[in-house]
Amino acid sequence: MADVSLAGIGKCFGPVEAVRDLSLSIADGEFVVLLGPTGAGKTTTLRLIAGLERPDRGSVAIRGRDVTAEVPADRDVAFVFQQYSLYPHLSVYDNLAFPLRSPAHRMDEALIRRRVQQVAELLHIAQKLGNRATALSGGEMQRVAIGRALVREPAVYLMDEPLSSLDAKLRAELRLELKRIQRELGTTILYVTHDQIEAMTMADRIGVMSEGELIQLGTPRDIYERPQNAYVASRLGMPAINLVPAEALAGQSPPPEARTVGLRTEHIRIFSADHSRPRAWVSWVEHLGDQNHVHLRLDTHSLVTLADPAQELKAGDQVSLEFREPLYFDQRGNRIVTQGWPA
Amino acid sequence: MAEIRLEQVVKSFGTFSAVKGVDFTVDHASFFVILGPSGCGKTTTLRMIAGLELPTCGRILLDGDDVTALPASARDIAFVFQLFALYPHMNVRQNMGFPLRCQNLPRAEIKTSVEEAAKLLRIDHLLERRVGGLSGGDRQRVALGRAIVRRPKAFLMDEPLGALDAEFRRLMCGELRELHDRIEATSIYITHDQLEAMAMADRIAVMNQGRVEQIGTPQEIYDRPRTMFVADFIGAPPMSFLHVHTSLRRGDRILMIDGAPVEMPEVFEDRLEGKFALGVRPENVAFADSSQLRGQVIGAEYLGTTQIVTVTTASGQVRARLPSGNLVQVGETVGLKLRSDRLSLFDAASGDALSSSLQAGGRHG
Repeated sequence: MADVSLAGIGKCFGPVEAVRDLSLSIADGEFVVLLGPTGAGKTTTLRLIAGLERPDRGSVAIRGRDVTAEVPADRDVAFVFQQYSLYPHLSVYDNLAFPLRSPAHRMDEALIRRRVQQVAELLHIAQKLGNRATALSGGEMQRVAIGRALVREPAVYLMDEPLSSLDAKLRAELRLELKRIQRELGTTILYVTHDQIEAMTMADRIGVMSEGELIQLGTPRDIYERPQNAYVASRLGMPAINLVPAEALAGQSPPPEARTVGLRTEHIRIFSADHSRPRAWVSWVEHLGDQNHVHLRLDTHSLVTLADPAQELKAGDQVSLEFREPLYFDQRGNRIVTQGWPA
Repeated sequence: MAEIRLEQVVKSFGTFSAVKGVDFTVDHASFFVILGPSGCGKTTTLRMIAGLELPTCGRILLDGDDVTALPASARDIAFVFQLFALYPHMNVRQNMGFPLRCQNLPRAEIKTSVEEAAKLLRIDHLLERRVGGLSGGDRQRVALGRAIVRRPKAFLMDEPLGALDAEFRRLMCGELRELHDRIEATSIYITHDQLEAMAMADRIAVMNQGRVEQIGTPQEIYDRPRTMFVADFIGAPPMSFLHVHTSLRRGDRILMIDGAPVEMPEVFEDRLEGKFALGVRPENVAFADSSQLRGQVIGAEYLGTTQIVTVTTASGQVRARLPSGNLVQVGETVGLKLRSDRLSLFDAASGDALSSSLQAGGRHG
């Protein structure tokens, strides 16, 4: 049984169509990540499920019950916002206990203490329980905000970029923690982000959104290796996929309908210059900290690939390229399924 | 333009020491980033430079002049806050001109300064707009504009992009650095985001618990971390450590780990028996059957082009960044080959890097 299902949802704000004909089912215990740029409709989708917005069309069901007309409090969802909002006059402990003390979820104080302690340890804020919420750093406040959702056990957790305000180390830690918690507790999570690493590492399935539409839904490997179109291909991969006109790859015999070729690092082999293969120049090698990118010039096109640590390249080097099983896209940007390449 | 120098600056709040003796010099027209986790003292340091806090001891020099005791208004420094506050009832032009009107400058001069600043920030087409209807990025540009109009000697920025959504942050990074280059002002920028620091800084100071752990170019900080804290804070995923108990002699180039010889940069000091940690970044780890250093695969995170594979050895966990095409089975035993010229060796007790051919200059990658 699907824990959450959206059927034919539409939502407009004035002339802006924020969500268009969106259907999506999230299974019990599944971690689904909606990925897309600002304005794609991700947050609106979350708010529609939470009941913070009413859809113009379509229906929302949670645990098989149509909740389209219900108020947020009746829906059994927990929402974690991007901008944390805590009660400044309460301690961390009381902030975490708050959802458990509300009249709708009244709970025994001893049980509350156990839940709060458990969640605080999970999020590494156990030593701060006595602090006032205002005496915390930004990162700590965000962990309390996440913790306030985790103390409850709703049908579904809705999370709107909950990690984006944290430092990279903490973000990576909490990413793993969230995934572990979700797996262990079997919780259902719908998570919104534009960070592809969060999507790739946490999601059971990723939904790629653009301009209010769900373009593709699939496992991370599906989305990365078999993108439906050039837009989806460009959302995943670091460095981003290189999209060049098909005629730039002379001698590669692309399918006749191909207009654009998509080249990722794994499709490009770099050799020392020879006569039989297309030649390119290294424009520069960019050091980004966690990755080094090689910028190549092939005729008038520029290509960016991930540097192979074993291959020392420097600006001005002449190299030969070989392309292996790149992705091909037709005039409308849809990927062409070629033989010898998984459909 | 200005040079900013901090000498043994300390700040205590009651019994709590927020900043414990910080020294650094920010050169004329350079972009200096203070990077560290929340609570490391970076904002307090910045507030002392701005004159919003008085140091408990130490000196702050602006172009050689001691400004330690001068109030903020007398320092000719502009401060851009994390949560930029614009006046909602004023339009962009009035918001940007506000600091100049407070100084009672002639109208014509204000007009010229505001329009120049707006052009620099490419928001000249928005001057007559109300700030309420602007996008987050444009609001941030207006806030920057309000700092720029005064043409101060230096800009201090406290996570100015923290309130923006992260996709937009990337874009603004490039824009801020470009703006810095155009106006040639000295900038000090505070962040906990290593990507922002790497993308913008001429030099980075990494802070932890009130102290500066290391100052250097982004590449130095990444390739030759001076402490285990820096090694662990920078990089995604961060450096992995293999722990050994041994003694070291000047000239050593081999470290025995779990009975396997591992080649490393030449050690330049003698050390008595103790605990040490060999640090390796994920991209400098490869699998090699022939290697005697063995471990068991406990997990793989698929990232598309690459995957991060975590391997446990008797001496610690190692993360490797490998092509996704390499098939890796959880549970299998693999040999690990570490790239010898990129390894860092630390004293595990103090966390400090040992002097070695890597630390002595090594090679730029």
